[in-house]
Amino acid sequence: MEAINNLLSGGNVTDVLFYVFAALTLLCAVLVVANPFSRSPVTSAMFLVLAIISMSGLFVLLHAFFLAAVQILVYAGAVMVLFLFVIMLLDLKEEQRRRIKFFSLAAGLVSVGIVVSIFVKSLASIKPAAAEPTLEGETSALGKLLFTQYTLPFEVVSVLLLVAMVGVILLSKKKLE
Amino acid sequence: MTVGLHHYLFVSFMLFSLGLLGVILRRNLLVIYMSLELMLNAANLALVSFSRFNNKLDGQVLVFFIITVAAAEVAVGLALIVALYRKRQSAHVEDLTSMKL
Repeated sequence: MEAINNLLSGGNVTDVLFYVFAALTLLCAVLVVANPFSRSPVTSAMFLVLAIISMSGLFVLLHAFFLAAVQILVYAGAVMVLFLFVIMLLDLKEEQRRRIKFFSLAAGLVSVGIVVSIFVKSLASIKPAAAEPTLEGETSALGKLLFTQYTLPFEVVSVLLLVAMVGVILLSKKKLE
Repeated sequence: MTVGLHHYLFVSFMLFSLGLLGVILRRNLLVIYMSLELMLNAANLALVSFSRFNNKLDGQVLVFFIITVAAAEVAVGLALIVALYRKRQSAHVEDLTSMKL
């Protein structure tokens, strides 16, 4: 941990690492959404795994070590295995190339344009931080916060997981009554 | 120029836009779902970078909750997709038109 911290506080290395991880994340995200070589959902899922792993690299650069680990465990581990199971279960064929309707393409581009304009406006209004960030995303501090200030949400989330589990079992029974 | 909040937010915004584009343009239900995950991840990245550059841990706690809820949501959503596929033999949004007027 000490070595990582020393490496992360060195200026140039982190910048280069940021650009590497950001480029990897965006490239993999593009390949999830629009892969020119394959329309199969399996390739999309695999590139989503890569995008998530490189994003956890970004989390490490932001000193959020615990979240980086959770990201890999939960997303790249559990969620994506679930996705792949369902893809195999459904035995999906390659998506046929149906013509993209002009209307949906226009609607998509317009909505993305609106979102991008909101982003540009909000990015321009953010002032750069005066001081160098000193926050360390230490796991112990995070845990302390989670079990003092955020105890109620934590318990509610556990109930939510139970509800989701029961719902999934009910939904995937053979006969829906 | 050192990497600051703007850089991380830019990456997050790009990811969000890509996810939105995927949700709107792709027709396969599962790929749409994956694009949704991409958008959630973009929000996570923005929250973590805000937390880092504002010297507060609350953003990271929120991300922790988002990851948990996203896992539950994926489980329920995939169960719905499987149930739908059993009924319709298709995971293509253009074949699911029974609620069309």
